[in-house]
Amino acid sequence: MSNKFWRHVDWPSVLVYVALSVFGIMNIYSAEQAEGTSILSGSINAGQQLRWLAVSLVVAVLIMLVDARFFITFGYYLYALAMLALVVTLLTAPEIKGARSWLVLGGIKIGQTSEFAKFAAVLALAKFLDGYNIRLTQTKTKLVAAALVFLPAALVLLQNDTGTAIVFFSLALALYREGLPGFFIWLPALLGGVFIAVLLVGFVNFAIVLVLLIAVVWMLASLFKLERRLAWAASLALLVSIGFSYGVDYAFYQVLKPHQQTRINVLIGLEDDIKGAGYNVHQSLVTIGSGGFDGKGYLQGTQTRGSFVPEQTTDFIFCTVGEEFGLLGTGAVVILFCFLLVRIILVAEKQKSTFVRVYGYGLVSILFFHFFLNIAMTLGLFPVIGIPLPFFSYGGSSLLGFTILLFIFLKLDAGLKYYF
Amino acid sequence: MKDRFDNRFRNVVVIVTVLSAILLFRLFYIQLVAQQYKQFAEENTRSRKTVLPARGLIYDRNGKRLVTNETVYDLIAVLKQIEPFDTHKLAEILGLDTSFFSAMCQKLADEKRYYTPTVVLRELGNDVVARFQEQKFNFRGFSVKARIGRRFDAPVAAHLLGYLGEVDESDIASSDGYYELQHFIGKSGLEKQYETVLRGEKGYEYKVVDKFNREIGSYANGQFDIQAKAGTDLVSTIDLELQAYGELLMQNKIGAIVAIEPSTGEVLALVSSPSFDPSLLVGRKRSHNYPVIAADPNKPLYNRAITGAYPPGSTFKPIMALIALQEGTIVPTTTFSCHMGFTIPGLHVGCHDHPNNLDLVQSISQSCNAYYCHSFRNTIDHSKFANTEAGYRAWYDHLTRFGLGGLLHLDIPNESGGVLPTAEKFDNIYGKGRWRSSYIISLAIGQAEINLTPLQMANMMAVVANRGYYYDPHLVRSPMPQGLGLHHTAIDKRHFEPVIEGLAQVFLSGTARWYQLPDIAQCGKTGTAENPHGEDHSNFIAFAPRDNPKIAIAVVVENGGFGATWAAPIASLMIEKYLTGQVARAHAEKRILEKDFIHLPDTLTIPTPHEQ
Ligand SMILES: [Zn+2]
Repeated sequence: MSNKFWRHVDWPSVLVYVALSVFGIMNIYSAEQAEGTSILSGSINAGQQLRWLAVSLVVAVLIMLVDARFFITFGYYLYALAMLALVVTLLTAPEIKGARSWLVLGGIKIGQTSEFAKFAAVLALAKFLDGYNIRLTQTKTKLVAAALVFLPAALVLLQNDTGTAIVFFSLALALYREGLPGFFIWLPALLGGVFIAVLLVGFVNFAIVLVLLIAVVWMLASLFKLERRLAWAASLALLVSIGFSYGVDYAFYQVLKPHQQTRINVLIGLEDDIKGAGYNVHQSLVTIGSGGFDGKGYLQGTQTRGSFVPEQTTDFIFCTVGEEFGLLGTGAVVILFCFLLVRIILVAEKQKSTFVRVYGYGLVSILFFHFFLNIAMTLGLFPVIGIPLPFFSYGGSSLLGFTILLFIFLKLDAGLKYYF
Repeated sequence: MKDRFDNRFRNVVVIVTVLSAILLFRLFYIQLVAQQYKQFAEENTRSRKTVLPARGLIYDRNGKRLVTNETVYDLIAVLKQIEPFDTHKLAEILGLDTSFFSAMCQKLADEKRYYTPTVVLRELGNDVVARFQEQKFNFRGFSVKARIGRRFDAPVAAHLLGYLGEVDESDIASSDGYYELQHFIGKSGLEKQYETVLRGEKGYEYKVVDKFNREIGSYANGQFDIQAKAGTDLVSTIDLELQAYGELLMQNKIGAIVAIEPSTGEVLALVSSPSFDPSLLVGRKRSHNYPVIAADPNKPLYNRAITGAYPPGSTFKPIMALIALQEGTIVPTTTFSCHMGFTIPGLHVGCHDHPNNLDLVQSISQSCNAYYCHSFRNTIDHSKFANTEAGYRAWYDHLTRFGLGGLLHLDIPNESGGVLPTAEKFDNIYGKGRWRSSYIISLAIGQAEINLTPLQMANMMAVVANRGYYYDPHLVRSPMPQGLGLHHTAIDKRHFEPVIEGLAQVFLSGTARWYQLPDIAQCGKTGTAENPHGEDHSNFIAFAPRDNPKIAIAVVVENGGFGATWAAPIASLMIEKYLTGQVARAHAEKRILEKDFIHLPDTLTIPTPHEQ
């Protein structure tokens, strides 16, 4: 590998990656209250994570040394391997915290296979869309693309890891860039809004409002002599909403389990049981909110010291940032992520190869979903679905998975430039 | 590379940046604008720990300790931390039945004290603590906590010292947040009256705690901590030796002794008998001993010295004499005839055998009833008053100035004011303006409707000893009592000498002549209070020395018969003890100590002086 190759590597992205990972380890160290223990010690999470970072960096270098065309050529094989791993995991994994996501072979925990399924799914999707005469306007293409996403999502869902399963659907964003109609983005957003509205005001009230709206539409139509077609369209949309809202009502009360109902209720403010289900979110908000502008100082967080927030080294690691580094710290993390994402988008757009562009957008989709939903969750803007903050949360599979995801892109970017 | 959808990259960038901006706005709001999260965090992590200061000690007037602090150990349980344990083993260590634990768990659960450390057993013995500590790893959820408890240095003065007990709901409610559950508070006596002095001021330490309320460290380097202020020691007016001697003399007798230093109002001894060892009602022993003591038919818990009310009988006569002198009804040389009593048509008050036509001094030393019936009648029926009622009101007013008819506001709780019938009361009985002195003549000799507490009797004697005034009787010298009242009677000073001469003659030639002291001029008055329920009560009031009196005393022995028989020698022995520091009259002392009114029939056959 010549110096020319290394010059082509997108170093700002690498720097942001290293900065976030190191800052993450610092926060894990604080969150587990390991003062007095060396951060190098393998007996604490931070020390473990440091080892994982080292492993990740080695893997990153290895990825850089592999021929970029390897990932293009073997995209489907890697996908098949990942799906196989998911199935094996599903069949053999022990239950840990309600989920069966850990692949254990010969008594050794190998890792959470879902983390590796992410980059495999992105690779397969890129490979598929890079194919000759493939257009997302074709129904067949949509179905195949959907199948590539749904398969890992379904397998992860069967592992009882809802949060990670949802993440696969984020790939809709990458597909949108490649021509998937816009309503695949806004329709879920609209339905999500209706969902929350129904839960807030109840199905009957919501339906009454919609029926009244239909009446208003027809009144306006006759008053202002609008096109009947428009009124019919509006009525149809509203009727569909009523149907959907009934479905929501039914699903919420008949299908969801009580604890899931509670989680959603707490999120949208229908339940305010601080000591009960809302406790985690409340303590998370208190922890971040009490950090103020510049935080309480590293290792000085009273909420963190007191272990008030559960899962604080993993899903709620952002709380430590908020408490000990304040808005300066949280703002920096959000801006760094945002910078990294936009940077990857811009780099992806510059690609001559559709494969690399689709891969880049796939990376953005997954990274963005994790970043946004994780932080939104700690800020009480989204239900607690239990997905890690990339590069930050404690967990070797997660760090290694995101590293591979990112560095394959960096390799594709730098490598293909080098080759072509 | 250009393609059909390359304009869509802007939309993706917008989605990413707008949603990131939403996160930033949300962070801005909760970290900078909203204040409630900072408050929640404060409350979450700050635990205010109450620091209770050492309680003030109680000393007697000579600096001898009456009540001390000592470290005691309580057994604490945290319900949710209890793990299965060997109940037989722990029950054996604690000396309990295993049923204790199920009852304990039930009680804690009922009170919803799942995580709150709660005292489940008070004042473990030192050996119990040692054995528990050796094996405490077997009993998770249980611990032993040190606390400052009270120790009584001498087994005396139970009634006046009082005791501590756990606060109840009303204590907490009325303390404006001072007391918390399981705190201790003075429940009676000086401990109750001087609670705020003795307890000091509690302090606070702020600790950083985790969500299990475990302390992690001090909060803000302790800069918000408030130091506890130690309680103030009390120096009582009580003379421990005199008090102990009084209790000794009163053993196996029912009654009371109150001794007062006339010049100051300081109470030197406040004995109520039967009494009990105050340490019997402390800690774990309390629950066992209290029912036993409370069930005693002789009511040891009842403080007869300030709550018991007895007809004063003839001890009332010195004051009757003073009022008659002041109202000009008699002069010292006035004599009244007595033929075994006072007789007017339709009324006879008996008297005893004594020479006829006694003057004032002799009327006191011989305790002539007729003399006082005459002088009482002449006083309230005097022509200078519009009617009997006006005369009675004047008489009543004199008595109130001796501290009768109401509370003396002694500085311990549960004082009684005795009974002094008002004119209104007779109006109600006989009709307005329809009663005469003859209807109420028994009052002249301290009988019928009148009842005085032993404290009032002693104070009445102190007034005479002071020749006309008294300070509010009180039990504490330090801290200095505030607003101590000085009360003057409406009796001219010149009238006291003849009465005091009569009181001196009681010892020299009168009803208490058996109890003279060689170097001390004692003045006193016997009294026998008619008791409709049994044997008469034996009363005696006295002061000594005659000049510059140091002690005024009242003694009541229930069912003791003549005042001269038991009350008088007890008073005289107390005077000797206090003024000389010892008792030389071993025979008299022995006779008193051996007398048992509670357990044995009266078998003593000693000559008893006669009276009424
Ligand atoms: Zn007579």
